[in-house]
Amino acid sequence: MATHNTRALARWMMAPSVGLLLIWMMVPLAMTLWFSFQNYNLLNPANVSWAGLFNYQFFYSDPAFFQSIWNTLVIVVGVLLITVLGGISIALLLDQPMWGQGLVRILVISPFFVMPPVAALVWKNMIMHPQYGVFADIARFFGMQPVDWFGQYPLFSIIIIVAWQWLPFATLILLTALQSLDGEQKEAAEMDGAGFVNRFIYLTVPHLARSITVVILIQTIFLLGVYAEILVTTNGGPGYASTNLPFLIYRTALLGYDVGGASAGGIIAVILANIVAFFLMRAVGKNLDK
Amino acid sequence: MARAVSTRRTVFFTIVAWIIALLIFFPILYTIITSFKSETEAIQGFNLIPSATVESYAAVQAQSNYFKFFLNSVIISVGSTLLALLIAVPAAWSMAFSPTNRTKDILMWMLSTKMMPAVAVLVPIYLLFRDFGLLDNRLGLTFMLTMINLPIVVWMLYTYFREIPGEILEAARMDGASLWNEIVYVLTPMAVPGIASTLLLNIILAWNEAFWTIRLTTTNAAPLTAFIASFSSPQGLFWAKLSAASTLAIAPILIMGWFSQKQLVRGLTFGAVK
Repeated sequence: MATHNTRALARWMMAPSVGLLLIWMMVPLAMTLWFSFQNYNLLNPANVSWAGLFNYQFFYSDPAFFQSIWNTLVIVVGVLLITVLGGISIALLLDQPMWGQGLVRILVISPFFVMPPVAALVWKNMIMHPQYGVFADIARFFGMQPVDWFGQYPLFSIIIIVAWQWLPFATLILLTALQSLDGEQKEAAEMDGAGFVNRFIYLTVPHLARSITVVILIQTIFLLGVYAEILVTTNGGPGYASTNLPFLIYRTALLGYDVGGASAGGIIAVILANIVAFFLMRAVGKNLDK
Repeated sequence: MARAVSTRRTVFFTIVAWIIALLIFFPILYTIITSFKSETEAIQGFNLIPSATVESYAAVQAQSNYFKFFLNSVIISVGSTLLALLIAVPAAWSMAFSPTNRTKDILMWMLSTKMMPAVAVLVPIYLLFRDFGLLDNRLGLTFMLTMINLPIVVWMLYTYFREIPGEILEAARMDGASLWNEIVYVLTPMAVPGIASTLLLNIILAWNEAFWTIRLTTTNAAPLTAFIASFSSPQGLFWAKLSAASTLAIAPILIMGWFSQKQLVRGLTFGAVK
């Protein structure tokens, strides 16, 4: 009887969270799906009609579409490479004995707390500006021509900014994982004469494997949606050189007023994210069973 | 001998680590330094020593009513976090203390909602907000961020609550504690640290959210993210002012972040790394 009551109570306690999230997820998503099959332009809202697959064809035949998918993937892979490799190196370094470790840690994780528009503007104006940026100052100091980063390497510049924001995340998580590595195991390996390289390959890497997976998957989810950094720096240009899928959808929807087209793009973004999500859920789910 | 070697090692690692840490921190440091320069100083090439003027801070406040945006950020991030806690605490509580076979499925499903790309629902959300008069409205944005962070809040609370041993509850019940006493004297003190960490991390996440806050506001409800993003349109050189505005925008959250490093790992990995 008591258990019955507790169960009923438990269900009521969960109801608001589950209910709100369910509505929250289903309604907009259903609307996006519906709009994606409609001819619907905000400039001509009286004239809405069934479009079938036209919006998908339109999106598919747009040369910006493949470029934006490609750019999305380049940003994800580029940032992951920098943050995971950099994160492992810095985490290993911070795990060593040193003076002022707490302060070093604070400095290293700080970029993660900087809001994306600030990060992007600071890098754009103060670091990478072709005339007044610190990079330009350095180039001139060595007698070289300053580089116009956002004009010549727009995508690379965005990758650098986003990587700077996410490097602390990877470092912090890998450092936490490193510190949970059993000290006795390390000592035993050392006593058995395992050198630094061997200890790293046979002890540290297997121990870090799961955390690296988690870092990659969580970052991928956020990196698929990079937006503010592009808006503030290149605005997707020159041309479509730094437009990723979210930015293309934003352009189609709020600058082109094309609800149908943007919704078709949204559905494509959902499919892309779901492929990633599938793997993340498996990794996190495994941990729940423990 | 061994001691000398280990000291030398410590010195080496200290130097390398500080160099790397300062390189990573440099953009933030340089922003803070530039914020204390005058506008002409700011574009006169690399210089780490400012003239320590606060004219940029005064100018930012005078020109743009900075504190309105700041206040919006506070209201939206704190409001959405409190609202999310209010909804999430009972849910996480019941999942942790009376789990059913479906608890895990519900948790995984909540996590999956977090993976829906925001941009996929930009059009319907924009149209719904327009039709309900919620565009550029603090209440609308607060609700938006509540829903965005709700799955993380439930998850974080769940991982904290799960660590409260069930035996303590049983012991209290055996001693004849009523449900009310059980909640007030036994559970609450044990749950407060977890709730506090969740609160801290979610204020940070809400403060820095830069997609919806920019797209759903124009002036009235615009928080600092939208305010700073508006600097991207070129209106001449005003880097000292930009730096002052940026420093003000990131300072409170940077300090909060330093205090929440440990919780950050747990919260952002959904309890997968502790």
